[in-house]
Amino acid sequence: MANKLTLQIDGIDVTVPEDTTILAAARKANIHIPSLCYHEDLCVAGNCRVCVVEVSGSKTLVASCAMPASEGMQVFTNTGKVRLARKHIVELLLSEHNADCTKCYKNGNCELQFLASEMLTGDHLFLDLVPGKKYTIDRFNSAIIKDDSRCIRCQRCVRTCEELQSVSALDVAYKGDKMKISTFFENPLFEVVCTNCGQCVNRCPTGALIEKNYVDPVWEAIYDKTKHVVVQTAPAVRIALGEALGLPPGKIVTGKMVAALKRLGFDSVLDTDFTADLTIIEEGHELLSRLKRVLVDKDTTVALPMTTSCSPGWIKFIEHTFPELLPNLSSCKSPQQMFGALTKTYYAQKRGVDPKNIISVSVMPCTAKKFEADRPEMRSSGYKDVDYVLTTRELAIMIKQAGLDFQSLPNESFDSIMGSSTGAAVIFGTTGGVMEAALRTAYEIVTGREVPFEKLNITPVRGTEGEVREATIKIEKTKPEWKFLEGVELKCVVANGLAHAKRVMQNVKDGTANYHFIEIMACPGGCLGGGGQPIPTNPEIRAKRKSAIYEEDMGMPIRKSHENPEVAEIYKDFLGEPLGHKSHELLHTHYTPRKRY
Amino acid sequence: MAELVQRVDLIFGEYSDEKYKVLEESLKRSNEDIIKDILDSGLRGRGGAGFPTAIKWKYTAEQPVKEKYVVCNADEGEPGTFKDREILSRVPRKVFSGMAICAKVIGAKKGFMYLRGEYRFMLPDLLKELDEFHAYAKKLKLDFTIEIRMGSGAYICGEESALFESMEGKRGEPRNKPPYPTVAGYLSKPTVINNVETFVNVVMICRIGPVQYRKLGTHDSRGSKVFSVSGDTPKPGIYELELGMPLIRFVEEFGDGDTKAVQVGGASGFCVPMKKFKDTIIGFEGVPTGGSMMIFNSSRSMYNVLHNYLDFFEEESCGQCTPCRVGCQQLKKGIQAVKRGDKPVVYLDQLMKLSETMKITAKCGLGQSVANSFSSIVNNFKEEMIY
Repeated sequence: MANKLTLQIDGIDVTVPEDTTILAAARKANIHIPSLCYHEDLCVAGNCRVCVVEVSGSKTLVASCAMPASEGMQVFTNTGKVRLARKHIVELLLSEHNADCTKCYKNGNCELQFLASEMLTGDHLFLDLVPGKKYTIDRFNSAIIKDDSRCIRCQRCVRTCEELQSVSALDVAYKGDKMKISTFFENPLFEVVCTNCGQCVNRCPTGALIEKNYVDPVWEAIYDKTKHVVVQTAPAVRIALGEALGLPPGKIVTGKMVAALKRLGFDSVLDTDFTADLTIIEEGHELLSRLKRVLVDKDTTVALPMTTSCSPGWIKFIEHTFPELLPNLSSCKSPQQMFGALTKTYYAQKRGVDPKNIISVSVMPCTAKKFEADRPEMRSSGYKDVDYVLTTRELAIMIKQAGLDFQSLPNESFDSIMGSSTGAAVIFGTTGGVMEAALRTAYEIVTGREVPFEKLNITPVRGTEGEVREATIKIEKTKPEWKFLEGVELKCVVANGLAHAKRVMQNVKDGTANYHFIEIMACPGGCLGGGGQPIPTNPEIRAKRKSAIYEEDMGMPIRKSHENPEVAEIYKDFLGEPLGHKSHELLHTHYTPRKRY
Repeated sequence: MAELVQRVDLIFGEYSDEKYKVLEESLKRSNEDIIKDILDSGLRGRGGAGFPTAIKWKYTAEQPVKEKYVVCNADEGEPGTFKDREILSRVPRKVFSGMAICAKVIGAKKGFMYLRGEYRFMLPDLLKELDEFHAYAKKLKLDFTIEIRMGSGAYICGEESALFESMEGKRGEPRNKPPYPTVAGYLSKPTVINNVETFVNVVMICRIGPVQYRKLGTHDSRGSKVFSVSGDTPKPGIYELELGMPLIRFVEEFGDGDTKAVQVGGASGFCVPMKKFKDTIIGFEGVPTGGSMMIFNSSRSMYNVLHNYLDFFEEESCGQCTPCRVGCQQLKKGIQAVKRGDKPVVYLDQLMKLSETMKITAKCGLGQSVANSFSSIVNNFKEEMIY
């Protein structure tokens, strides 16, 4: 237990543990100190200086985010000196900033804009520096637009990219008035190690880093009567969409989301959860097959441990960082891409629609999915498997544009076919979910019994943010055909956030870890903390999304992927068997080794 | 030279007949004794900020950490300052001795000299001298080595925490303080970082004793100081003078008879106009300086002088914090706009307020000190800003 200390903020005694900053102490006392570069997920930068306060005995003001509280310290957050300094600072930021708010994607959801209105800026205290600057806009990439004219150089993105993701695609370049956030050799994002994870987008306080939005093309497709527009929605969207539409975090809005999508005019509202279940079947069999080839056939060409492949940010990361470990990646496409490939084949056949008239749209908690959909290998249906990827945020925009009162919408159900799902699919949205879903199925395939955990909740593999979770599941009393797995202790690892993924894979590369199965999600907390989710994000919000996901799982009538009736149907009518010829053609893929530079 | 100012010969003077004699003797003394001598001498840091050296050493010595460092800040980048170059080329032995004494006192085994990028030409000589130092250290059974690290030309890397970042291979940006270097400096270990001249002063205090040393200077500014004199003077150069002299004496000695202002302490220092020469003391009780003394005569436009400083700051700000990065640009563009007539004269008041904000909100000394030259030039030479 840390020692406590008491300081006085604006005359109020506040008692906090040692090592608490003034900003944190003030928040505890419900005293609002504005801030910009500070973010709960990141290390303290102390560079915007918006959060300055007066401290007795100090000649200068101090940045409250960076200054630890001390016993007896007297802090004043609202003196004339503080107010003028803050106003100056915000005015300075605005003078360097392309403040053409009505033309900005973040209009209305911009931290700088909020501060500007709070400070009553508008007096044009200083000169407009923007016309003298040569700002670049990088829109050459499928997922993320980087607009330097909106950048306030708070370096949240730099810290995100380095600390949370260990990617370091973004860094500070130059100094003084020319200082900017840039990439290696100032190359566009698509030419550097950027994984398109979008964590920087989630944390950018302004419109400097935003997703490339596809709202208008999707509307056009909907309006086009010759097109059959199919939409799929990822598991993590339904527990976060509400946040962008006025509901508190942690609210499950599956039914309302479906209702909204139908009202927007999509011809078929389907569920990525369906292919999440399919992923489990394919990936589960792939794991078992790899284990058999290693343990029984003594095949040394088979790579173990096997790692999951649902997270496109993770895929791009491993392609750059550990290209020699690509054979360890499951060859399964992500659920989004399986869905896309099946939409223009299986679905088209069943519904009697010409695939060339199908527009396949996905709603994802993710920006990297936009890049994934554009990969040249994602055209196994003969067409672009997924035409447009929308983030959770873009869907919220469409709902607002359509004038729907989201909160009063009724709950509706997904269409069929490819609309049914299970609890196992829902938990794909959180770290540890794919692992848990795979175990629920694989264990049962091998033993004929349910996993030996109460209510199927395999809590040992449920990941936690900021840590790598390792668990061992002992396989006992197998069916005769899986005899070689009798007594095997299946070593599972779950990691979320690329910084943690890097550590796990380094161990694999060094040969210091003897895992069997690794689940990796690029984003903190898994897809629920994805780069396409509503802004803001912080540990508390993500924790609420996480409980909502497990709540949704518990509420599902079916909670094991292999029991999804539509999954059984697709194997019977179309795919044949897991890992079969058709599966390989449509549901599996290969990867591209890439360089760091 | 006339007897207007007290010349001193402490820094550059011969200090012993035998090489590393002072170091050898100091090594035999207790750490407490040495710290007490430095404390009694009243020595304050010679880089410009003037933090009491003994306190810095004492805090670092007290840290219950095994790994500690001594760093010599030789990133002499303040415009108009060139005294460290002279010290390092004439008496490098004194600098190394000072660092070694510090290492003994705080318990460090490793020292670094962060040498300004533009001083690379001095490196061969310094390395030769350093080899000799290491040989003596071995002879004296002192477990302490010094390594020279080159800067790359950024002014900001003279700021101590940015200097550490640079030494660690990172971008040279100032850190948040606290923690201070005495607790977490290089590699986040307790570190004493002092200016070149400060280390030399320590050696001289050890040599002549605090009583003798205190005879130089004034109550708040003990000892002597090496000045870099430049500008409109018939005798530019390096001069070691007693601290605490009135500026008027300095101008009488070094001016060309037409001096209208002296910039004390470089671009980040203060501009003193003629009418204040009499009442201005050069020292911590008056206008402190890291050594730079720039003399301007009536032929100089103070607008151009200020513009030049702002050009410098605009480029040399690390760009990290808002007040410094944007403030410098605004001040420069602001005086241009007033000069052109695009902004009214009262806009200068707005800029003065902005410089005040920079002074109290910038993250490090660079941004905080831009206001020094800005306000002192604008206040004293307002008409030159306008016409």
